[in-house]
Amino acid sequence: MNAASLSVNLVIPEIFIASMACLILVAGLFGNPERSRLLCYRLSITTLLITAVLTIFGITSDSQLAFNGLFVDDPLAELLKFGICMLTTAVFLYGRQYNLDRNLFHSEYYVLGLLAVCGMMVMISANHLLALYLGLELMSLCLYSMIAFYREDKLAVESAMKYFVLGALASSILLYGISLLYGLTGSLHLPEIRDTIAGMDHTNPALLLGVVLIVTGLGFKLGVVPFHMWVPDVYQGAPTSTTAFIGSAPKIAAFALVIRLLSGGLQDMHDVWYQMLIILALLSVLAGNVIAIAQDNLKRMLAYSTISHMGFFLFGILAGNQAGYSAALFYVLVYATMSCGAFGLILILSRKGFESDLLEDLKGLDRNSPWIAALFLVLMLSMAGIPPMAGFFAKLAVIRSLVEQDLVWVAVFAVLLAVVGAYYYLRIIKLVYFDPPTAPGSVTVKPMSWVVIAANIGILIVMLPWIGALIELCNYAIRTIL
Amino acid sequence: METPLLSILIWFPIVAGIIVLGVGKGPQHDPLVRKLALGFSVAVFLFSIPLYTGFDRTSANMQFMEFHSWIPAFNINYALGVDGFSVPLILLTTLLTMIVVVAGWQVIQDKVAQYMAAFLIMEGIMIGVFSALDAMLFYVLWEAMLIPMFLIIGLWGGPNRIYATIKFFLYTLLGSLLMLVALLYLYDQSGGSFSILDYHVLPIGLSAQILIFLAFLAAFAVKVPMFPVHTWLPDAHVEAPTGGSVILAAIMLKMGGYGFIRFSMPIAPDASQELAWLMIMLSLIAIVYIALVALVQSDMKKLIAYSSISHMGFVTLGFFMFNGQGLEGGMIQMISHGFISGALFLCVGVLYDRLHSREIATYQGIATPMPMFAAFMVLFAMANSGLPGTSGFVGEFLVILGSFKVNAWFAILAALTLIFGAAYTLWMVKRVVYGKVLNDSVAGLDDLSGREFVMLAILAGMVLLFGIWPNPLLELMHASSENLLVHLEISKCPSLCR
Repeated sequence: MNAASLSVNLVIPEIFIASMACLILVAGLFGNPERSRLLCYRLSITTLLITAVLTIFGITSDSQLAFNGLFVDDPLAELLKFGICMLTTAVFLYGRQYNLDRNLFHSEYYVLGLLAVCGMMVMISANHLLALYLGLELMSLCLYSMIAFYREDKLAVESAMKYFVLGALASSILLYGISLLYGLTGSLHLPEIRDTIAGMDHTNPALLLGVVLIVTGLGFKLGVVPFHMWVPDVYQGAPTSTTAFIGSAPKIAAFALVIRLLSGGLQDMHDVWYQMLIILALLSVLAGNVIAIAQDNLKRMLAYSTISHMGFFLFGILAGNQAGYSAALFYVLVYATMSCGAFGLILILSRKGFESDLLEDLKGLDRNSPWIAALFLVLMLSMAGIPPMAGFFAKLAVIRSLVEQDLVWVAVFAVLLAVVGAYYYLRIIKLVYFDPPTAPGSVTVKPMSWVVIAANIGILIVMLPWIGALIELCNYAIRTIL
Repeated sequence: METPLLSILIWFPIVAGIIVLGVGKGPQHDPLVRKLALGFSVAVFLFSIPLYTGFDRTSANMQFMEFHSWIPAFNINYALGVDGFSVPLILLTTLLTMIVVVAGWQVIQDKVAQYMAAFLIMEGIMIGVFSALDAMLFYVLWEAMLIPMFLIIGLWGGPNRIYATIKFFLYTLLGSLLMLVALLYLYDQSGGSFSILDYHVLPIGLSAQILIFLAFLAAFAVKVPMFPVHTWLPDAHVEAPTGGSVILAAIMLKMGGYGFIRFSMPIAPDASQELAWLMIMLSLIAIVYIALVALVQSDMKKLIAYSSISHMGFVTLGFFMFNGQGLEGGMIQMISHGFISGALFLCVGVLYDRLHSREIATYQGIATPMPMFAAFMVLFAMANSGLPGTSGFVGEFLVILGSFKVNAWFAILAALTLIFGAAYTLWMVKRVVYGKVLNDSVAGLDDLSGREFVMLAILAGMVLLFGIWPNPLLELMHASSENLLVHLEISKCPSLCR
């Protein structure tokens, strides 16, 4: 490993996506607005697909550094980046008609999306706290604007404001934690921080404060209880095409944020952050599942479900070993796929002037569109963690890592709350299948969206025979960073 | 290479279900869908016959084994195999699915393809549950089975179906999740194995065994169902369509009993002995108390549902006597109850299709307009009350014999219930079948159609066959039950704990 080299070739996907974003921004200014918007939309999707290919193309078997150690490229980063590109492509496809109907179909919207993806990719590959923060902010700022883009809608503007204020607060807390670490270790390089901390007194109050602040900042970004207040408002208020984006790809990036900070930098403080995470996780699973029952807005319900899923994800992280991290990775990949599919379905069902985001809008869907109903069935069962859907195996991996850590009581608590969670997912199935229809007639779905949504959700059950290979891949990706 | 018979039995009905789903695009395809579903279910039944003929009755080992690696990271394998306990249950499943398809022939007019597909897919999953040798494969199938049943009750059920189906789902899910934690604990203890056969020989301390036993109990007691977690069953049965009730009573309840034989007893033999008092007490409460509850029901389906709980009490009582008669009696009782309760639910279904009521008070004197039906109903009622010559007698008699060896009081209590059983069943028959014809609507009832006759006749034949000649069934499970009893005698504690 040559830390001093520039190794630009490792950063090609990021460079490509950033340049394309600039190009599309300019291209959107010329020609007939309708046609140039369509062109920009198509260009954005092509860019994402090419970026995904470039990520796979540059696959490595070990960690390689670039930009004097600011940037790291490893199998984990490639896996996560590939996932982000694919999910963002799907989100863009689902949201096309929705954005057209609501005057959101502008080239700038897609440019912001591409820049957010670029931010996530930088964050994933960050080996240095400054790069990490840079990526995080690039992503967050783009997300705020993508919500505020729907400026005719009061709720959207309000939620963008909330997200911005709380996001800035979270960033500042994280930054304060980072500055303490820098003061103590004299470095912003994650491996160096890790080495210095290994030789330090772990009860040093400044170090403890730094860890607490970093975990708090992460808690805000992940949206776990008690730092979750923004999640339901943002999910509900944002235009669904943006909610779909916020709910899927950034979750994968959040995994990278957590893993780079907690495992990369603070692995030796495991016994400290482990105690905090266990409380955050327990509270999130409890509050998320219980409050979701009381919701009548589908997007808000999915927001609470996200909170509980993020809690579950932390159960994997808190084990602090390879089995736990790889369980969390698998969990987050499956969860992001499910979340993308869920919002995708809402997007497909909504029309001009009809948001389709209330629970009662789903009534009797099976009568009008049996195949969409079947997708809802698979998705909800997967979210509830009922076998044979992929969601079950994700939960299984996490619970297994808990039992391995002798945290059997936490495992029992988690599965008991899974039953509470099953209730509100089953309620959706009940609405879709057992209730008489109220919403206007059947929906027409563009063939392209059909294929993508069917693949997106179908994979949750079709992957069953190959699920072992995916778990193996997660194990492999984690092994290379430890 | 040998034919992967078990895989065929699992996957053929599932694929068939998907084909049926794809064919049924609208009401105009319904006749084709029905015929396809019947064809597929008959084919599955025929495929299951080699399981009976090719089974080596002298061996207690797993047979027809299949093994493929599935999730190597967790050492989860696609491992299948059957022994003397699972073969009869698989045959019961294939036989009853065929009958259920016939039972839904005319009644189900709404979403026929989805209905038939649900039963076919469920058949595959249930056969998988009975043949899984990997604990996680078992768990996946065990839970997956809930999904079609949830939809069957919720889509084609009665007025209160949504409450019933959600209660059914959450109840069973709660029980099973505790089993999942126990399985993961065993995985940890065994050094990373999900093989059920490995668990059978894994030494475990007494206190851990007790916790494992209780976790399994949570899953299996809900399924059987045992007192006091039986309350979902009457609701589910009353609301389910006839076919759903038949599968629920005849096969799903048996999975609880099968779970005790496959998991609880061999994995935690010391805890089984230690907690036998609890199991016996709960079984006796179910037998006596639930029989009394059944006596006061005015709804026929509810009455049969309670009678099922009471009869399943005999099964668990027999198992925890730890002797040959008890164990084999319990198994026979499971199979025989599968035929009898299935048949009784079909009988209620026949009446319900005609007058849309399950209330006993709606019917009186149906023997006059429906003599053929009355004959079947009386036969199954007799079998349900344990008349010698029917399969109901064999199981109950063996269980009582087995419990006599342990404690005469158990036997006396259990035998007394036969009187209650006869009381509630025959009283129902008396009120429904005999007496003066109640009114014109009853007088105008049509007797059995050819389709209904065939399905009841098959079950009647089974009930009489195993009542008079239970040997084919007994010899199928004899080696396995001997083996289990020997296994139960050997302590698994590292230090002596008995």
